[in-house]
Amino acid sequence: MSAFDKVIITRSNNRLTAVDYINSLFGDTFFELHGDRRFGDDKAVIGGIGMLKDDMPVTVIGLEKGRNTKERMERNFGSAHPEGYRKALRLMKQAEKFHRPVLCLVDTSGAFCGIGAEERGQGQAIAENLMEMMTLKTPILSILIGEGGSGGALGLAVANEVWMLENSVYSVISPEGCASILWKDPSKTAYAAECLRVTAQDLFKLKVIERVIREPKTVESKMFDSLKGIIASTFDRYSAMSHQELLESRYNRFRVLGNNVTPLEPVTEETAQ
Amino acid sequence: MFNNDLFTFLKPKNELEHPQGDLTGNYSPEIPETMWVKCPKCKSLILTADLEANHKVCAKCGHHMRLSARERIALLADDKSFEEFDADMTSSNLLSFPDYDLKLKSAQLKSGENESVVTGVCEIGGSKTVLGAMDSGFMMGSMGTVTGEKITRAFEYATENRLPVVMCTVSGGARMQEGILSLMQMAKTSGAVKRHSDAGLLYITVLTDPTTGGVTASFAMEGDIIISEPNALIGFAGPRVIEQTIKQKLPKDFQTAEFVEEKGFIDAVVPRSELKSAISRLLEMHK
Repeated sequence: MSAFDKVIITRSNNRLTAVDYINSLFGDTFFELHGDRRFGDDKAVIGGIGMLKDDMPVTVIGLEKGRNTKERMERNFGSAHPEGYRKALRLMKQAEKFHRPVLCLVDTSGAFCGIGAEERGQGQAIAENLMEMMTLKTPILSILIGEGGSGGALGLAVANEVWMLENSVYSVISPEGCASILWKDPSKTAYAAECLRVTAQDLFKLKVIERVIREPKTVESKMFDSLKGIIASTFDRYSAMSHQELLESRYNRFRVLGNNVTPLEPVTEETAQ
Repeated sequence: MFNNDLFTFLKPKNELEHPQGDLTGNYSPEIPETMWVKCPKCKSLILTADLEANHKVCAKCGHHMRLSARERIALLADDKSFEEFDADMTSSNLLSFPDYDLKLKSAQLKSGENESVVTGVCEIGGSKTVLGAMDSGFMMGSMGTVTGEKITRAFEYATENRLPVVMCTVSGGARMQEGILSLMQMAKTSGAVKRHSDAGLLYITVLTDPTTGGVTASFAMEGDIIISEPNALIGFAGPRVIEQTIKQKLPKDFQTAEFVEEKGFIDAVVPRSELKSAISRLLEMHK
């Protein structure tokens, strides 16, 4: 499967979204919390508290694209405004206060580009999340479950560990955007996807993520049990650390990125086909 | 006019940077070395010497033309006080991205710099300060791994030595030829800024035209005090991308420094002629 095939998969309508993951991982225990206490409630971000297991309440925050046309309109196709990032940060601070780990589920083509988003400080909102997440004194785990669109995805992905589903993608720019800016040629989109190294497998090689996860295809999938298990044991591992160790490991995780890789082999235009 | 000694550090460091072998120190990529320059805004003709003396601000209409990193440092740092960090650090093509090696080389030739940011320590109005300046001549100030590394190191140095940081930004955002690794620099630099901040130290950002994308969404917007030059384009998404997304024309003055200040995201819009004294005063008040 080519990189661009995976991009297409992450955008397909029948793919599980953050809400499905929340339902399958937390069931009836999920209690949704709304609003950023500043401006409004951004429905592109869903957040709340749920029990991952009997003795483990978790704050879960997801970028939600919506599962049908009506939901997608309501959720702005998973593209958050500044208030979405501020709602996420509010819930993370709350998690820190009550010593709950934070699980972020990332699925967005990017932070929203629009007049209101700029007026209310889209850049500032994401920047603040990056800064504050770096020193949040509770374990954070981010899982890319679909599209990881640039800064809009990173705004929920400064974590102790970042995992990706096997068919998810994570990129600094969409392959369409890259092909149009660099080559002014939309027919090179698939090639751009290859060159950008957007797949979970490539990002694992670049040490940008810790794990590639086999993905559940339906909400009833047994794989959710094992996913729940590895998430819980990961939180246990990080919860056992002192705050200093926890923050040190998060800082160092990002500190070395780009300095610790061996250059990848070039791709050819044929690979992209 | 500047005396020539002030410009000694502007001289190219290797033959790559100046193929014509022009070692006069009259280094300025934006203004051709002719007598007259036309202001891109009001179209009036300005004597090159006058323009240089006025720090590339049009005397007629006040339009601020872009400064290179070296010119920015000359503007802010006290005479001969700037000591550069990591001057020889250069990027490599980690993703084997097509034509990236070539682009890096031509960016080095065009800008006379090894990367899109110059960092170091200096005195500003007598206050010892870590100073960084980005260079629009180097791939539009885009942030690659080395850009992020140099900025991170500058902040780590400032934290260790308990110094304030002044960072002058100009950037189109993350550098797509480095893919996800450039995106990760946003998190990396933000982490270093946070540690500096938690140590109780002052960080002033100076936003210049244009500051957008991943730089806006990381260290540019993380200053304790955020200053901008007049009329600079400041935003997350570029205006064309927004127009394409929402399929309508943007209002005039949208995303200008003055607009962003009015929305509450910038502390002060300061003209270039007052920039050094403003920063000196702020540094003085945080001693």
